[in-house]
Amino acid sequence: MVTHTISLIINGTEEQLQVPSNMTLLHALRDKLGFTGTKNGCEAGECGACTVLVDGEPMNSCLVLAVELNGREITTVEGLAEDGKLTPLQQAFADLNAVQCGYCTPGMLMSATALLKRNPHPSEVDIQEALIGNLCRCTGYQRIIDAVLKASRNGGER
Amino acid sequence: MKVPESGVVGQSVRRTDAIDKVTGCAVFVDDIPFGPNLLHSRLVRSPHPHALIKSIDTKKAEQLQGVRAVVTGKDISARLGLYLIDRPIFASERVRYFGEPVAGVIATTEDIAVEAVKLVEIEYEVLPAVYDPVESAQPDAPLLHPDLGSYTVANFIFPEPGTNISENFKIRKGDVETCWSDCEVVAEGKFRLPPIEHVPLETHTSIALSEKSGQVTLWASSQSPFAMRDMIAQSLGIPHNQLRVIAPLVGGGFGGKAGVTMEACAVVMAQAVEGRPVKLRLTREEEFVGTSVRQSLVSEIKVGCDKDGTLLGMELTYYFGGGAYNDYGVNIARAAGYSCTGPYDVPNVKADSLCVYTNHPVGSAMRGFGMPEIHWGLEQIMDQLAEKIGMDPVEFRLKNCVRTDDEIVSGMKMTPIDLEACIEKVSRAIEWEKEEKPTAPNKKRGKGIAIMWKAPAMPPNPGSAAVVRFNEDATVNVEVGGQELGQGAFTVAAQIAAEILGVTYESVTVSYPLDTKYSPYEWQTVASRLTWSMGNAVKAAAEDARTQILETVADHWDEEIDDLTIKDGVVISFKSEKEQPLDKMVIYGLPNEDFEGWKGGPVVGRGHFMPTYVTNLDPETGQGTRAVVHYTVGAQAVDLEVDLETGQLEVLNIASVYDVGRAINPDLIMTQIEGGAVHGMSSAYEELKFNKSGEVLNPSFVDYRIATIADIPRKIHGDYVETPIDDGPWGARGVGEHVMVQTAPAIANALYDAVGIRFSDLPLSADKIYLALEEKTNQGK
Repeated sequence: MVTHTISLIINGTEEQLQVPSNMTLLHALRDKLGFTGTKNGCEAGECGACTVLVDGEPMNSCLVLAVELNGREITTVEGLAEDGKLTPLQQAFADLNAVQCGYCTPGMLMSATALLKRNPHPSEVDIQEALIGNLCRCTGYQRIIDAVLKASRNGGER
Repeated sequence: MKVPESGVVGQSVRRTDAIDKVTGCAVFVDDIPFGPNLLHSRLVRSPHPHALIKSIDTKKAEQLQGVRAVVTGKDISARLGLYLIDRPIFASERVRYFGEPVAGVIATTEDIAVEAVKLVEIEYEVLPAVYDPVESAQPDAPLLHPDLGSYTVANFIFPEPGTNISENFKIRKGDVETCWSDCEVVAEGKFRLPPIEHVPLETHTSIALSEKSGQVTLWASSQSPFAMRDMIAQSLGIPHNQLRVIAPLVGGGFGGKAGVTMEACAVVMAQAVEGRPVKLRLTREEEFVGTSVRQSLVSEIKVGCDKDGTLLGMELTYYFGGGAYNDYGVNIARAAGYSCTGPYDVPNVKADSLCVYTNHPVGSAMRGFGMPEIHWGLEQIMDQLAEKIGMDPVEFRLKNCVRTDDEIVSGMKMTPIDLEACIEKVSRAIEWEKEEKPTAPNKKRGKGIAIMWKAPAMPPNPGSAAVVRFNEDATVNVEVGGQELGQGAFTVAAQIAAEILGVTYESVTVSYPLDTKYSPYEWQTVASRLTWSMGNAVKAAAEDARTQILETVADHWDEEIDDLTIKDGVVISFKSEKEQPLDKMVIYGLPNEDFEGWKGGPVVGRGHFMPTYVTNLDPETGQGTRAVVHYTVGAQAVDLEVDLETGQLEVLNIASVYDVGRAINPDLIMTQIEGGAVHGMSSAYEELKFNKSGEVLNPSFVDYRIATIADIPRKIHGDYVETPIDDGPWGARGVGEHVMVQTAPAIANALYDAVGIRFSDLPLSADKIYLALEEKTNQGK
């Protein structure tokens, strides 16, 4: 397998890494760089647990090859809180118990962060449309909708 | 001893794990780094549902560059099991379901392991397979376990060697034969549920390391690290202190990560490559194909009542499709047996609850443990009977539901509950009497109700232990062996410790990951038993620590313990009004006057809890003094509409109320109620599908749909009532599983109300509903 040296800007910091041609962004983040906040739920783009932002757009990191993203900006769940301060969205997820087992949470947060960026005041239906690719087996989703609504009132994605 | 009123118990404090989980810091087993020494593995799985293994040739696989070892059932003949030791770690002579592990390959990369799997050559002689539990229970069915009679079995499980029946639990109460003649009406029905999957977002993952010293370490996504250690240690002959199971946070379990799934395979593979950690991570497809399922069930129910609508008798046969091996299956059939009537007062009962081997994946525990399965039929037949006698379903349930101190079906006296209050609350919330208009002319709307009960289904004596440790600054570490699966167990443990110790909730940390080398014992995180059982242990440990502190201070002040309490981290005396902050003294103790010596020392409290009052049941009648520790009860009501042109159901509202004994954390109860209602609704549409060759047809999220954010009801009205039990912390009992037990039958009852058609088989798929509507229309013509 051919390996490539690429650079990715992860949460604002440039990282150089070597990846084989067939390595997905998900595995590059988790196995090469140790950003394990991004979760592996299906590796088929069906559950959304691995959602990250690529140049601000939500993407299933299991469906994109790392080598294709040379030079691009990636935001993971680890890049949301700054200087120990949670984003309004993270805060709302914690305050409203929109978290149970926590495995879908990073992907939910990334999809919702992107939503609030393009639509700071979404309706419930907007939220359902934006998060339909993020599966959760624990919460029943209403708390997640409520958390996004709360965050939108409290200053969106910051 | 006076207990302070700091008021943390009963408060909706924030989850202990919330910040870790929203910042990506929460560690799951797949997140643990192992470095370049890590080897990867894959399992070779059976392509047949039932076959004899004629030969296995691993040579080609072993020769592939990067392959370190190939393990087969020839290397390890040990069997595994919880109540019935029937499952080989790797099949060696016979495979019994499509997807059963036959071999494991260990390689330097996952890609190489995938390639090597294809190179393992296995010759099979295909045998006839059986999937339906009723067929499988017949004398002429293909026999799955000819050696059933030689398996080790728990003393309360009764397999029938020479058949496929792995458990036959009987209830014989009163006189069913003669009661029918006293009945004004009788209803009979046959109901079916297919196997369904747990579908946690985190797939089963484990890493095993076998060291030259003989020490084995297993990192696993496990609900029950101690039970996992016990099962694997017994199976492989490893002393318990040489097998260490480390279980980080679990990304959803729902019963599927209790017991042992494929973790023993990882251990056996690690033993083949001593000194190197071996990772076995199931793909999503394997999660659907190769893990345990909620068992299928065929239930035959006959029930009758007198002219006033009072229940007189029930006759039941439950055929649980246990799958190829028993994990929890036999005990599910037992639990379904001693709770066979559902939450009703029925004087005459005859029931046979069977667990039957089938050529399906391992049947096991899933949220509700037999109760969703039996309530599917029970709660529909009660509506049918109510209709026959001309009673409203709510009124019928209020008349017949079980009450505190009733002698229930197993002969035990019902523990304190208030099911009537739950029924009344859901009826009010759903506006039972009010007829709602459909939202469109092509739709019909209906309402339905269903009630439930469930006891923790366990051996009689499952124990919990806890340790409470103070730090220098009077912060506290609580050590437990119960797992955090998302239900909030750690939060409740921290609340209980803070309440007893008189310290703030924020100053208490629950230690994790769980580690059988350091954590105190916990039987398993199953049966909705942690708030109750682990809660009792944490309370006892905190009381022990509190007593140590108060003894030291009382001695120091020359006062009586009873005059002291701890509030906000300060010991205070009601008598002398003296104050002593906890920080420093909980480690260093207190000096005597003029520093002539010291008192006290590091405070470490220990506590345990084990129920000691559960009795055996008569094997012929199922009767005994106390079958279980207690019951939790609840009611759900559903308001839905059906699209007559597509058969599509839309659940508009669910009202859901449970009697929790005492709410330790009210909002966490609500999160269980809401999540459970959606899980229950989703389960009404789910089915793990198989073709005639026993192959799973829908092993992906696309083909096995679970509820998405767009599918949820418009409103879930959650509530609880509090009727304390004697043996729970502040009277609390569990509610995590109960919240989805009766959702599917509540939906079916509402569907009947809407369109007048009874659906006796799950799933409630749109095509099935559409065809039934069409048939009804045609019949009317």
